Amino acid sequence: MMIRKTILGTVLSVLIFGPVHAEIANHKVKIGVLTDMSGPYSDLAGQGSVMAAQMAIEDFGGKVNGWPVELVSADHQSKADIASAIARKWYENEEVDAIADLVTTAAARAVREVAKEKGKVDLDSGPGSLPLTNDWCSATGFHWTYDNYATAGGTATAVIKQGGTSWFFLTADYAFGHDLQAQAERVVKANGGSVLGSVRHPFPSSDFSSFLLQAQSSGAKIIGLANAGNDTINAIKQANEFGITKNGQSIAGLLVFITDVHSLGLETAKGMLLTTGFYWDFDEGTRAFAKRFGARMNGKMPTMVQAGVYSSVSHYLKAVQQANTTEGIRVADKMREIPINDFFAKNGKIRADGRMVHDMYLAEVKAPAESKGPWDYYKILRTIPGDEAFRPLSESTCPLVKK
Amino acid sequence: MGGLWGKRERLAMLLLLLLALVAPFLVYPVFLMKGLCFALFASAFNLLLGYSGLLSFGHAMFFGFAAYVTAHMGKVWGVNPEWAILGGVVTAAALGLLTGWLAIRRTGIYFAMVTLAFAQMMYFVAIQAPFTHGEDGIQGVPRGRLFGFIDLGESLTLYYFVLLVFVASLWFLNRVVQSPFGQVLKAIRDNEQRAISLGYAVNRFKLLAFVLSAAFSGLAGSMKCQVFQLASLADVHWHSSGEVVLMTLLGGIGSLMGPAVGAFLVVSIENYFAEAGAWVTIIQGGIFVFCVLLFRAGIIGTLSQWLKGLYSGVGKA
Repeated sequence: MMIRKTILGTVLSVLIFGPVHAEIANHKVKIGVLTDMSGPYSDLAGQGSVMAAQMAIEDFGGKVNGWPVELVSADHQSKADIASAIARKWYENEEVDAIADLVTTAAARAVREVAKEKGKVDLDSGPGSLPLTNDWCSATGFHWTYDNYATAGGTATAVIKQGGTSWFFLTADYAFGHDLQAQAERVVKANGGSVLGSVRHPFPSSDFSSFLLQAQSSGAKIIGLANAGNDTINAIKQANEFGITKNGQSIAGLLVFITDVHSLGLETAKGMLLTTGFYWDFDEGTRAFAKRFGARMNGKMPTMVQAGVYSSVSHYLKAVQQANTTEGIRVADKMREIPINDFFAKNGKIRADGRMVHDMYLAEVKAPAESKGPWDYYKILRTIPGDEAFRPLSESTCPLVKK
Repeated sequence: MGGLWGKRERLAMLLLLLLALVAPFLVYPVFLMKGLCFALFASAFNLLLGYSGLLSFGHAMFFGFAAYVTAHMGKVWGVNPEWAILGGVVTAAALGLLTGWLAIRRTGIYFAMVTLAFAQMMYFVAIQAPFTHGEDGIQGVPRGRLFGFIDLGESLTLYYFVLLVFVASLWFLNRVVQSPFGQVLKAIRDNEQRAISLGYAVNRFKLLAFVLSAAFSGLAGSMKCQVFQLASLADVHWHSSGEVVLMTLLGGIGSLMGPAVGAFLVVSIENYFAEAGAWVTIIQGGIFVFCVLLFRAGIIGTLSQWLKGLYSGVGKA
């Protein structure tokens, strides 16, 4: 009897005197970098994104209005459920105020849902899918570096202008790949081009031979690659080995990162057109950042995703400073108010749907003879003005956009 | 043995239950709920592996598909959580009936391969079917109100609901194992020919065990969907099938609490080492090798052997 009473007492006392949840200002700013540390996107985001965030914090002086700024990072392994669990833990339990990078759409989507529920900020630099600023948009969620509309649209427009009017798509068989193909098809058709066919390959894939043969026999002038990372690299390498590019067909990568070009080598990648949100060798500002970044990353140059993480984190800190709070919605309003001016974006602005609009660049990969040194890979052919690069706000399906 | 449970086991269970009741005040509740969901999954799996001797390599399909059905019902149809969860369980049981009906005709590696084949088929369906939304999964599923009036949005309320479901399920699974039905299962596991010669319709017993295991795996998947508000490809991927084997082996096959302990161990590693980046998988592998080398019978199995030795030693002295 005694034991039973004691147990009952303990349970009751815990239930009654449990901790009271109260809002307490914690007098610090905490930023989390959630990214792919071990999978196919670890090269273009991963550790480099953590470094970029760290540099942004250091450049800000490590403090905002006297509050220390802390940084945490984790690997979401490209899985939505792990991303969601970590985001929940960070926002609820570890006082994280904003989460940055979020490469891969599935992970970004999972974190977006949690952030929306908690009224916290998410800064998407790595993912590309359009719904992040349309159906899934939120008042505290931002899409910073690029999206499929901008990269696929920019590249496809340029390719068509050069005479690549008939297309065949090689598409990674998941939501992101389908979205990328749809964006490119839209541009191809709008410019009077034709789509001769498409084939979906499993994600991830290492053998593209049968898909490439289908693409070859279609007779299309352009083989559009609606995939990313290692899939793009493998497809281009094998197309080269099959002699597809020598026989008059060209490859158009709809989403290509500088690390992909680095893996391919200039001999394989030369002449390829691509759209990027950032190139390290663009002007004084980008070179200065790249040099500092390279010094701490074994000579690697930053990708657009990593540069975007720097830009988004420093803009976030600036907004915290001016709003004098870490409360999600107030910081987010401030972020929309202030224009973005750093090495990454000139007069960048954030729209109601969370899209950060800045200039994109159309680039061509240099031939080996033109390259003067390591990472000297791109010729910038054209600056695509932000309003042309990104999908117009009037077409947005985001409920936050007033029409 | 003497009765269902000895006095000592009963006390240990009571202590564990007490610990579970106060735990959300000490540890982050969402993490605990994840642990409980996987503990239930591993316990359901253990019914098949530990007590029937059938190694299924396709349990992710029950776990993952139940999550999809619960997510779809909760989000698109907007039904109350209890119906959504029931829908998940029924789906898993139906899948289990279909898969089990075919798979139990084979044993050993062939049984594992048949279940794996079915699981891969369901994985393909999950990628391609429009309602699962492929790589993105079904996200932003509302936690909803249980029976229309208990708000599960509050993490603490949800925790006690998950705990209740877990304890009730574990109690039920334990009853099944202790029942005459469970005794027959063990007999089949130990010597199938003999069970047949004694006149048991072996296949019926196996099929029922398979369906029960599938249904409870589905329950675990549905609960996980309630907790994280999403259903994703990760749950139907064969990695999940492998993970549940790992949990059961680590904790101890054929013991009541073993799989649950194994599940908490694996979930803790994933949770607390996530910051270690690429090292997570390596750490997991290292711990697995370590456990297989040192605790052949799993953590709980080894512990109970050790305790038994200790008590018998005391008795002799």
